[in-house]
Amino acid sequence: MAVSEITLAAEQHVTAVTSQASGAVLSNAWLLIAFPLVGAAILLLGGRRTDSWGHWLGTALPLASFGWAVAALFEILAAAPEERSFAVPVYTWFSAGGFDAEVGLLLDPLSISFALLITGVGSLIHIYSVGYMAHDERRRRFFAYLNLFVAAMLVLVLADNFVLLFLGWEGVGLASYLLIGFWQHKDSAAVAAKKAFLVNRVGDMGLLIAVMIMFTTFGTVAFSGVFDAVGQAGAGTVTAIGLLLLLGACGKSAQLPLQSWLLDAMEGPTPVSALIHAATMVTAGVYLIVRAGPVFEAAPAAQATVAVVGAATLLAGAVIGCAKDDIKKALAGSTMSQIGYMTLAAGLGPIGYAAAIAHLITHGFFKAGLFLGAGSVMHGMNDEVDMRRYGGLRKAMPVTFATFGLGYLAIIGFPLLSGWWTKEGIIEAAFASGGSVGIGLGVAALVGAGLTAFYMTRVMILTFFGERRWAEDAHPHESPRSMTAPMIVLAAGSVVLGAVLVFGYRFAHFLEPAVGAPEEAHEFHLAAMFTSPSSLAALGMLVVGAAVAWFMYGRREVPATAPEPGPVTAFARNELYGNALNEGLLMRPGQAVTAALSAFDTKVVDGLVNGVGTSVRDSSRGLRGAQTGFARTYALTMLFGAAIVVATLAVRF
Amino acid sequence: MMSSAQLMAAPAITQNPPEIDYWLLSPMLVVFGAAVIGVLIEAFVPTARRRAVQLGLALAAVGAAFVLTILITGSLPEGEAGVGVAFGSVAVDPVSVFLQGTVLVLGFISLLLIAENRSGESAFAAQAAAVPGSEEEREHVMAGSQHTEVYPLVLFALLGMQLFPAAGDFLTMFVALEVMSLPLYLLCGLARRRRLFSQEAAVKYFLLGSFSSAFFLFGIAMIYGYAGSVSFAEVAAAVDEGGGPLFPDGGGRPLLLLGIGMVAVGLLFKVGAVPFHNWKPDVYQGAPTPITALMASCTLVAAFGALLRVFYVPFGPSAADWAPMLWVVAVLTMVVAAVIAVTQRDIKRLLAYSSVVHAGFVLTAVVAASPEGLAGAMFYLAAYGFTTIGAFAVVTLVRTHENGPEANELSQWAGLGRTSPLLAGSLALFLLAFAGIPLTSGFIGKFAVFEAAMAAGATPLVVVGVLSSAVTAFFYVRIIVLMFFTEPAEGGPIVVRAGAFTGSAIAIGVAATFLLGVFPSPVLDNLVPQPGQQQSESLLSAVEGER
Repeated sequence: MAVSEITLAAEQHVTAVTSQASGAVLSNAWLLIAFPLVGAAILLLGGRRTDSWGHWLGTALPLASFGWAVAALFEILAAAPEERSFAVPVYTWFSAGGFDAEVGLLLDPLSISFALLITGVGSLIHIYSVGYMAHDERRRRFFAYLNLFVAAMLVLVLADNFVLLFLGWEGVGLASYLLIGFWQHKDSAAVAAKKAFLVNRVGDMGLLIAVMIMFTTFGTVAFSGVFDAVGQAGAGTVTAIGLLLLLGACGKSAQLPLQSWLLDAMEGPTPVSALIHAATMVTAGVYLIVRAGPVFEAAPAAQATVAVVGAATLLAGAVIGCAKDDIKKALAGSTMSQIGYMTLAAGLGPIGYAAAIAHLITHGFFKAGLFLGAGSVMHGMNDEVDMRRYGGLRKAMPVTFATFGLGYLAIIGFPLLSGWWTKEGIIEAAFASGGSVGIGLGVAALVGAGLTAFYMTRVMILTFFGERRWAEDAHPHESPRSMTAPMIVLAAGSVVLGAVLVFGYRFAHFLEPAVGAPEEAHEFHLAAMFTSPSSLAALGMLVVGAAVAWFMYGRREVPATAPEPGPVTAFARNELYGNALNEGLLMRPGQAVTAALSAFDTKVVDGLVNGVGTSVRDSSRGLRGAQTGFARTYALTMLFGAAIVVATLAVRF
Repeated sequence: MMSSAQLMAAPAITQNPPEIDYWLLSPMLVVFGAAVIGVLIEAFVPTARRRAVQLGLALAAVGAAFVLTILITGSLPEGEAGVGVAFGSVAVDPVSVFLQGTVLVLGFISLLLIAENRSGESAFAAQAAAVPGSEEEREHVMAGSQHTEVYPLVLFALLGMQLFPAAGDFLTMFVALEVMSLPLYLLCGLARRRRLFSQEAAVKYFLLGSFSSAFFLFGIAMIYGYAGSVSFAEVAAAVDEGGGPLFPDGGGRPLLLLGIGMVAVGLLFKVGAVPFHNWKPDVYQGAPTPITALMASCTLVAAFGALLRVFYVPFGPSAADWAPMLWVVAVLTMVVAAVIAVTQRDIKRLLAYSSVVHAGFVLTAVVAASPEGLAGAMFYLAAYGFTTIGAFAVVTLVRTHENGPEANELSQWAGLGRTSPLLAGSLALFLLAFAGIPLTSGFIGKFAVFEAAMAAGATPLVVVGVLSSAVTAFFYVRIIVLMFFTEPAEGGPIVVRAGAFTGSAIAIGVAATFLLGVFPSPVLDNLVPQPGQQQSESLLSAVEGER
């Protein structure tokens, strides 16, 4: 039986030999997931009894996971580079007949990088939330959901097969839904949660269908099995799988055309925006594409689509970011744009994988820092989000200003800060990929750099410089230590992490066993980082973007309400009419189709189903008639039964 | 080799008393001893202390018997299928030990339910001998009389259930059947409320049970006529040779086929397969709910254990003869019971029909006639036992009003999920397990039995099983919808606070249903013969006996 031969377990990896984990830390890697999962369970099941200490438990457990991940990193580093891929069988769910359903984890440089980012930044944001949510009476529930998210995200990145990955994928979707709608008393939050859920369904469906195609084509859903067999499948099949995976990635990572939910998702509490909608969950799409690298290698058309989607999104997100007055929405546009950079790089093949992941990690730090900074500002300003009501906050909130400022410098690519190192890598890789496509992608990335400088400078000026435009009852003040401390740590990361990763292509070499090496190896030259044409051009774009912003917002007085927009600004402010487009192209026709289907359903399908249902019910009523309650009838039935039994045996005589 | 006929006639048995390995029989002896002591307690211990003493003794005996059962697994001989004790009349092998252990655990949980005593009020009649509604009955209720005989009766029933699947010959099996059944007939008539209804159920169960026992006994006579022995091993040898010592040239097949058929009727009645199921809904509904839980779990395990042994050991060589018959019965069971269940309005009747459908699912594994089928059936029975006790435990808690009778009418359960989320949530888990949803024990059980049936080429049977599952899922889910998505009815039922006993029964049910669904390997792997391990029906010993 075909089904019996299926195995979900990882047997061998494409690029490196997967060895069985032997060390105590790696072989118990399931603890990484178990810690936060236990936290969520205790906080949700424990109820009000855990109110007083629940948030500390909720913070301690991701920290424990982080500690475990660091130990795991050292155990991985202790192995020879080509043996750094470890299969960790967790347990066999069941095996019946020839069918084995196994659950396993894969720890390699790629997954451990993510695990460190998720647990590290995640823990910092948990600490921050202790202060940020101090006055919320549902704080315990908040921490339970955050823990649930961390556990699900770890399942997603540590899975060794697509089904387990999908489980984590749905888990983070659920946590995201719960957290966006955390303040469910606000209509806008509830609607935003629903929207995120629905848009993500589209992407999830793509991923699910991709997994099904893999299963029917290759008979396995294990990463190793699929990647080994991908060469033997037809080009059409592989391209279809690639495009469906991309659809899944677009949903989760808010890439065009499934970007519309991310800006609304800012209705969630700010730590959620920082953790889920900036640093980790939204980057899951990039992880998926890099992890499924062998599939995209075999499907050049799908791979090119990835790069194009990334380039388009990086520009679209930047344009949206330029026009938003809500500080969180401006940052959300920026997140879209930065993930666009990563997607672009991931669409370039092995040459771009390391660049994508490096940028993903530094972005996790500086963007989380920026969001926490925004949260700190809101915290001091009575939850005001309109930047036109800020201004001159640098004196009132010196720590927030300093940390936000470092994050700002990092994201615009100020030389030698984290963002510069990793964004340069992407721009360089885009140009290096060659051909007119490569030039097009490179130019898009450069234009994006200019736009980034513009909108981030705008945010910076509107918030911290210029006149005070505060509401009358606003008394801005610095946030408590529990909030500023994580911001300081993240700011430190925004400064040095890029150099640590990129210098000597250290991180790229670390990732090679997992994602494969580019065909022509590049030597690292520090001098070239400054003198190459692309880097000089990027620097120029930075200066131009920042200068334009300075002239528009630093020199002129900022009106308290947004001025009447021109067509371009209106286009940007309305999120490129993405919602209108969705509404016109999808929602309205969708509603019409739904109405038609519903009519079809009631008349034809229900007719059939009800017909079956009614006939079952009628026969049920009929058969019940035999249940008279009289022992004599029962005995007679038994006699007939005995006759049937003997008759069927007598046939064998 | 002596034939049984000679053996029985020979006076040798008194001159050379056989050696009996009492250690291997100790789990049964402990339960038996406790039951006998329980009868004496009724005579000698003051009324006030009887319940505590009886309950303590019963729980201790069942617990000790379980521990002994575990210890015995260690003393089973390596490499051999099993040991025949006392002239081979009791088979001690992995299958019987597993089933006995299961019966004891499930019996222990049932005892917890039976012992539940809410403000001096148990599930049992104050004085069963008093005419329902009479002045005498009222006096006994006021005086707070209790029937502590319930405990020794349950112990006797459990003894029968231990012996039933472990019997090594047909006569022992028949004795076990009666030891198991007679106490149950009595227990069914002891309900505290709706007593006439309960007594009616008991009488029906008794009449029909006797009827089926008669079939069973006549079947044994036929088999004896064919093989000249009642020992499973010798019958198996005779069937294998195509005729026993009485038919050296072959022949005698009508006797064999008739015997198989009549023995099958007796056993299929006990498992409640269609068309021998009529008693189940009436009896399950009328009996005190803790006794229903006992019957739905332990009796089903024991009866299927016996059925498996009879069809795999003595009748094993003629599987081709009886397989078509079981096909017919399995299909009838899965289809008819699922269809009737759809329109049930009483929760206990619904669970009764559900039990019938599940019997059909297990029958598909019996049809497979393979080690995998055996393992699948055993896993299914254990998993189902825990879940069904939990479900009936929930039923005992939902009352029409404080100190009122159980609210068994399903319409009364509307909105229960709003008022008692924990209880309704537990029941929802049990129902999902019945429906076979992944991550519950029910899914693994169904997968195991259907996989075994498929491997044995019974694909059409599996198709019917899956369709039947779909129908059953409909009415399970309907209850969940009713509990969670319907507004509570005016004057809806109230949920009495679970006592420690009922609470732990539900908790064990939830834990087992969940654990066996998520982490079934430790149990399943021990049952399924691993590749390279001794194959065939090796788990079941065709015991030759110590002659």
